[in-house]
Amino acid sequence: MKTIDLVRTGVRNTFRSRARTTLTVLAIFVGAFTLTITSGLGTGINRYIDDTVAAIGGGDVLTVTKVADEDFDPTDTSPQEYDPNAVTTGDGIARTSIEMMTQDDLDAIGDVDDILDVEPITPAQVDYVSHDDGTRYTATVSALTPGQTVQTTAGAEPENGTTQFQISLPPTYVEPLGFDDDTDAIGATLTIAVTDGAFEQHTVDAEIVGVTEETLAGPGGASLIANQALQDELVTLQSTGLPDDQLDQWAQATATFDPELTPDEVDALKEGLADEGFSGTTTADTLGAFTTVIDTIVLILNAFAGIALLAAGFGIVNTLLMSVQERTREIGLMKAMGMSSGRVFGLFSIEAVFIGFLGSAIGVITAMIVGTAVSGLLAGALLANLPGLTLIAFDPITIGVTILVIMAVAFLAGTLPAARAARKDPVDALRYE
Amino acid sequence: MLDPLGADTQGAAIISVRDVEKTYGSGAGRFDALRGVSLDIREGESLAIVGKSGSGKSTLMHVLALLDEPTAGTVLLDRRNAKELRSSELNRARNKTFGFVFQQFFLTPTQTVLENVMLPLTIAGMPNRARRAQAMAALEQLELADKAKNKATDLSGGQKQRVVIARALVNHPRIIFADEPTGNLDTATGRTVEDILFTLNREQGITLVIVTHDDDLAARCDRRIQIQDGRILEEATR
Repeated sequence: MKTIDLVRTGVRNTFRSRARTTLTVLAIFVGAFTLTITSGLGTGINRYIDDTVAAIGGGDVLTVTKVADEDFDPTDTSPQEYDPNAVTTGDGIARTSIEMMTQDDLDAIGDVDDILDVEPITPAQVDYVSHDDGTRYTATVSALTPGQTVQTTAGAEPENGTTQFQISLPPTYVEPLGFDDDTDAIGATLTIAVTDGAFEQHTVDAEIVGVTEETLAGPGGASLIANQALQDELVTLQSTGLPDDQLDQWAQATATFDPELTPDEVDALKEGLADEGFSGTTTADTLGAFTTVIDTIVLILNAFAGIALLAAGFGIVNTLLMSVQERTREIGLMKAMGMSSGRVFGLFSIEAVFIGFLGSAIGVITAMIVGTAVSGLLAGALLANLPGLTLIAFDPITIGVTILVIMAVAFLAGTLPAARAARKDPVDALRYE
Repeated sequence: MLDPLGADTQGAAIISVRDVEKTYGSGAGRFDALRGVSLDIREGESLAIVGKSGSGKSTLMHVLALLDEPTAGTVLLDRRNAKELRSSELNRARNKTFGFVFQQFFLTPTQTVLENVMLPLTIAGMPNRARRAQAMAALEQLELADKAKNKATDLSGGQKQRVVIARALVNHPRIIFADEPTGNLDTATGRTVEDILFTLNREQGITLVIVTHDDDLAARCDRRIQIQDGRILEEATR
């Protein structure tokens, strides 16, 4: 029998016992639906994390600090010896101690293998921001490091390639500054005040080019984002009049490495930094635990879907065993007419795979429709505080893999009945009443 | 060729069996269906295998048609030992050399008459268009062309048996094995079916092996073999 005839016959045989096939398809449908929804959750949440990761920093950037004391124990709450260069951040268990870095330190970082570039992170200490001489608000202003991006609800993110001063606002600043809505703020002028080393206050005017989306872990959380030109200007202004020994000291630096590096090579790179007395963390490290938790939850949910599919698999075994029993004589006839055992096996396997395909295709499509509707509803209500989060998202590869996996499960379930059919002796089969 | 039965050897033997035994079960449940049967089936003849039920005549037919393997003895198909046939050759022989007519018809109820008749050609892997044409030709030969699109279950007993004959001859086999071909039919319809089978034998030279307990039908064959308790009791040539 030619393969096309085999497939055609197998598919047609599936519909011979409609009620039975429908029920089996329904069982697979439940499994496929659940699996699609749960993996959709994983896709949606992880995609959100990925966007957030892009906001925190590129994948090829390390945030480097200088470790003050090699033996520093973050859980030790007893008083620390004074070190004029050390900065202790955090309190209690989260306390860490870092040392300010100088140009020599930056050069040392730059000399570590695979580090392409080092830039110190210079925070701008802003006194206040205001619009049109209105109310003054405190604010933190930061710049995007290479590889960072932000999502905007209106306008665009500040452009680094220009000498114009540009800034973007978090949505919480829009109304207090006197704008009607996000779009209204675009193009307006924001006045930023900084104090220099001689305690003299300066103001800089910058154009508001965008309103950023609130994300889980945006750059600086609710901070305003300046472009490089504005950031440089603010830093220059606040550094004016500072004593020389306080200039060129930084708490943190960003080091760019070759994006082609494998995770193992990145680990080696971090060890290299540690040998020099520096600590480097990548974005993946920052969010690592978070993603692990999400992945674990999704894995557990998928396991439940897997149990549903396992049950559906036994449904297939049962359905096909009944089919083989019912069609014993037909199988005998086909074998008497010279159909090979392999083709008989194939015929029943195709039936199994087709049942699996029907169940999974219908399940996956329904899940996509329901999932899209549900996450649309949730985005407007329960999850309105997490803009940019599509709770249940689908990507074609996962969907395709889901269908293929279920068809493979169906095939496996079909092997027992199909083998039984293939083993039938034509004479016994023809005598069977 | 050596012929222990002493029958005439004018036609070449398509199938020869020598000292064939077939045993089912073992110990107390042991049943000897065939106890040493030797027989030649010659090209173009019509042979009746008669006997009571349980005599072993169906088992003999299954052994002759290479559907069943004997416990002992040899089966030769065109002088080749059937044991030495590879499974693909065996399937080819079953598909191309033999046609089967069964008492219980064995038609697939959900398929059309045409699809039922096409089955051997489909199994042989013939392209769709060619096998349709060939199956239609077989149906026309049996005057069933107008029923081609009907479901197999919508036919009368005589029509069903004609469909089965169309299916048996659609592949132009050399032998048609018929197991009680008229057993489920009334006398008149049975007569018609018999006529069709003997016409095929006479006009197309298809060898006919009929298993029956109907003496009238057996009497129409060139040769009849009486089976009793798994042995050939007597052989008669018309």
